[in-house]
Amino acid sequence: MTVLDMDVSDAKRMARMRVINRIVIYGLLGIFAVLYLMPLFVMLVTSFKTMDEIQGGNMLALPRSPTLDAWVKAWGQACVGLTCNGISGYFWNSIKMVVPAVAVSTVLGALNGYVLTKWRFRGHTLVFGLMLFACFIPFQSVLLPMATILGNITRFGITLRSTFGTSFGLGDPTANLAFVHVVYGLGFTTLFFRNYYAAFPDELIKAAQMDGAGFFQIFWRIMVPNSLPIIVVTVIYQFTNIWNDYLFASAYAGTGDAMPMTVALNNVVNTSTGVVEYNVNMAAAMIAALPTLIIYVVAGRYFVRGLMAGAVKG
Amino acid sequence: MAFLEISDLRKRFGSLEILKGINLSLDKGGFLVLVGPSGCGKSTLLNSIAGLEPITSGDIRIDGRRVADLHPSKRDIAMVFQSYALYPNMTVEGNISFGMEMRKIPLAERKAAIERVSKVLQIGHLLDRKPGQLSGGQRQRVAMGRALVRDPKLFLFDEPLSNLDAKLRVDMRTEIKRLHDTTGTSMVYVTHDQVEAMTLATKIAVMRDGEVQQFGIPSEIYNNPTTIFVADFMGSPAMNLLPARVENTGGSVSVVLARADGDELRLAVGEEKGKLLLRGPTPNLIVGIRPEALTDPAGADRHAKNVVEAECQIEVVEPAGSDTFAVTRLAGKDVVARLRGDALVHAGQKTFLAFNMDKAVFFDPATERRIA
Repeated sequence: MTVLDMDVSDAKRMARMRVINRIVIYGLLGIFAVLYLMPLFVMLVTSFKTMDEIQGGNMLALPRSPTLDAWVKAWGQACVGLTCNGISGYFWNSIKMVVPAVAVSTVLGALNGYVLTKWRFRGHTLVFGLMLFACFIPFQSVLLPMATILGNITRFGITLRSTFGTSFGLGDPTANLAFVHVVYGLGFTTLFFRNYYAAFPDELIKAAQMDGAGFFQIFWRIMVPNSLPIIVVTVIYQFTNIWNDYLFASAYAGTGDAMPMTVALNNVVNTSTGVVEYNVNMAAAMIAALPTLIIYVVAGRYFVRGLMAGAVKG
Repeated sequence: MAFLEISDLRKRFGSLEILKGINLSLDKGGFLVLVGPSGCGKSTLLNSIAGLEPITSGDIRIDGRRVADLHPSKRDIAMVFQSYALYPNMTVEGNISFGMEMRKIPLAERKAAIERVSKVLQIGHLLDRKPGQLSGGQRQRVAMGRALVRDPKLFLFDEPLSNLDAKLRVDMRTEIKRLHDTTGTSMVYVTHDQVEAMTLATKIAVMRDGEVQQFGIPSEIYNNPTTIFVADFMGSPAMNLLPARVENTGGSVSVVLARADGDELRLAVGEEKGKLLLRGPTPNLIVGIRPEALTDPAGADRHAKNVVEAECQIEVVEPAGSDTFAVTRLAGKDVVARLRGDALVHAGQKTFLAFNMDKAVFFDPATERRIA
């Protein structure tokens, strides 16, 4: 056997190995993708089936005659505890709580990041350290102190109502919940914006100062317009966290008309009268998951870009 | 009274003194270049004039007005930054008009000002573009336009050319010089490039470790450096600085340098300088000879009064087209001579070199200050 022959057989073996590697990698990736998508698939097909078909059929089978009945019922007639008006009201509760909470925590986080990087003061590292520490505080340890604070706020709201005729929203469970999420989210949003703005050139701020722009003018005209990637990251992060939160929601707005989507969904599923309507439960769960899904699809491509920004310059 | 007056300016970070009592002044329409190695405090000084960094003590006056306590935007100055610092979210037009917008200048006036400036800098066709779509030279122009549009009393430049490639840098340097000539605005310019300093300045301040080493017109800085540092920093190739000994033999004073082969090279200095050297604090001193004062005998300055010719061993020859640089060895150091471009020299050859002693300068090695 000549040297040349050996080279050829080596090359062949290498090529075969590469093909096998590819098959193994893509095979594994495929299997895990299917595994991860399975629950979503079951939820989707079940929500379009009738109860008869669910009781008699295969969980993975496609619906024989797809129907939106379960979705309509979940939205308008499903029983949450004792009231049977569907989950629509609770869906709007969540929206009313999430949108202001995300907006306020994002704006405050951006302001914090701006001050901590561009208007440094004595002890700014300590302040940032404490903000960072806030990210590691477990939900559970906040529950009781926060309940006390919310109780005080609510009492203050009642006082306001008896003097001025309105509580200015203080003590309203939705407002309370939004407040809790703003406070809890501030550590994260500050961290995001601080790291993003740390890589933001100081000379731009100096140039704007020379141009006569003030603190807020620089913030709104220079910083914010150049922060799209990190704003998207923060909004996605805050939106999914707050929307999906169950602990704070059940603790501070767990009963009555003000309960958010997550708590309502739990109550729909746990309502124990008659037959368990799997199709309605699945439809309700899908509705509950929809906003976060939409946010990811719409803004997701900025997400990775934003997470990378600041890590590498440019 | 001068247009820009800086008196006893000090800046301290804790116990670290960054500017140690700076005194400078510039006449109206002048071009002051602050030059020095990195970390010498030149950028800090510029930022202090701009008001971007607070000062510890001292005074800054622009056109007779104290500005040390004023906000940057109230000092009637404009600045061009090293990174250009264009607002990436705004168009070129937005960038140029932002400052006017902040000062609530009516739209019609803003438009007119933008038109005027874009004509001067030839950036009219770029007004709708974002900074990201511009080349380095175009960004530089826009940054200058943003400063120019304010019609300030004083222009500040912070190493504006250091991000450009070599050819563009020379073009923009000419552009800045032309801008200065046409507008007549006073300018302060920071650079670490001594060629930029020489070509642009009407006044140069050479800085080192937070102090002004020498302050004067370019030719004075170049021909009459007061310290070894200035002599070494200004000029390319650098001045030859050689240890030597003063000797007085029969009324004529000369400096003696050690040759590589153990012999001595004796260079007679003129009468005037000779007296100063004899009166100097030490017989051992440093002789400074610029490469162009050390040339082939045919290329030597015919008006020079004291030219000494001596045979030297050439070690390296570096032809540069317009000149030929020859390296020889004296007093234990490499010595660069600048010969005519077509001078016939070869490495390893012995040839006569002409030392123009009119141009030689002498320093005290202990204090590093000029003796003669």
